[in-house]
Amino acid sequence: MGDRIVRIMGEGQVRLAESHLTELNKLDDELLREMENGDGPGFRRTLHALLTKVRELGAPLPDDSLEPSDLILPSPDATLEEVRELLSDDGLIPG
Amino acid sequence: MDAGPVLWVLSQSWSWKSVRRGRAKPMSGVMKRMGMIFRAKANKALDRAEDPRETLDYSYQKQLELLQKVRRGVADVATSRKRLELQLNQLQSQSTKLEDQGRKALALGREDLAREALSRRAALQQQVTDLETQHATLQGEEEKLTLAAQRLQAKVDAFRTKKETIKATYTAAQAQTRIGEAFSGISEEMGDVGLAIQRAEDKTAQLQARAGAIDELLASGALDDQSGMHKDEIQAELDRISGGSDVELELQRMKAELAGGPSSQQQAIEGGTGEGQSQQQPTDTPRFDKQ
Repeated sequence: MGDRIVRIMGEGQVRLAESHLTELNKLDDELLREMENGDGPGFRRTLHALLTKVRELGAPLPDDSLEPSDLILPSPDATLEEVRELLSDDGLIPG
Repeated sequence: MDAGPVLWVLSQSWSWKSVRRGRAKPMSGVMKRMGMIFRAKANKALDRAEDPRETLDYSYQKQLELLQKVRRGVADVATSRKRLELQLNQLQSQSTKLEDQGRKALALGREDLAREALSRRAALQQQVTDLETQHATLQGEEEKLTLAAQRLQAKVDAFRTKKETIKATYTAAQAQTRIGEAFSGISEEMGDVGLAIQRAEDKTAQLQARAGAIDELLASGALDDQSGMHKDEIQAELDRISGGSDVELELQRMKAELAGGPSSQQQAIEGGTGEGQSQQQPTDTPRFDKQ
């Protein structure tokens, strides 16, 4: 049960070994700092790095899997403002 | 019987709520927070139902609706893409026409007209480049939505099976724990797909507004009309100086042919000796009647 499921929005889910988490968490913390500081270019760079790592290390879940994700990443083209809004109060998530 | 889901919801969303109220150490990353928000959203929906088994049916209904919406989205994007392709063709053919006009004007010794035609053509090419970029965007969007529809379809099918099993096997109280995971899994997918479709709709709406403007421009002929000349003024001037027919142009061409002795002329004269050759003739014969 050491695995984590990560969703990349607009792309799907992957399964990751827990051992990779330290590395990913560092990038994730950085991403949040950049978002809070309004550092657009930094945000884009870190998001890209994080997505690349997750795609590289993760194994895609089958389409018919109904497992919820532990972690969720914005889609590659999401802007800092969009992500900020997603994280604000009830956010934009429909449904 | 209601305690189950509520407790479950509380345990799942407690830390996030506490973060909001400043009671707990904030989650330090984007992907952690986002995961939490999606879960809280699913839990809230599950929490609302009296009998969790009803939630399954209700959610399934919503899933089918969303699936339809995504399919409609794919169709809408495809329509926009086709419209763009049509416009691109029109722009291309206008561009070719202007190039021909430029060549003709130059042959008639009107460099000013040729310059005008070519500068209009350059402006048109700019539009073509813009539209090609938009076309690529739409194509990307169409692909993403098509894949999203596939994923959602697979999940909806899996959910239906699971739902029927749960309903047939468990009582309301027992069902609660079984439902949680499948429900948050699908509701997360629905949230994701819902956002994707919103984004696609926004993009299509923007592009459609622009496409409408280009349609109007194409219809009015006002596109790239920098000089104040009307679109057909180049053609009118060309017609005027060549006497309404292409006599002047033909003369120019004949002069050039006499000077150079083109092979196509000879082929046309020698043709007709064999069946196969005479069938090729039309393509080789210079078409003076064509504008």
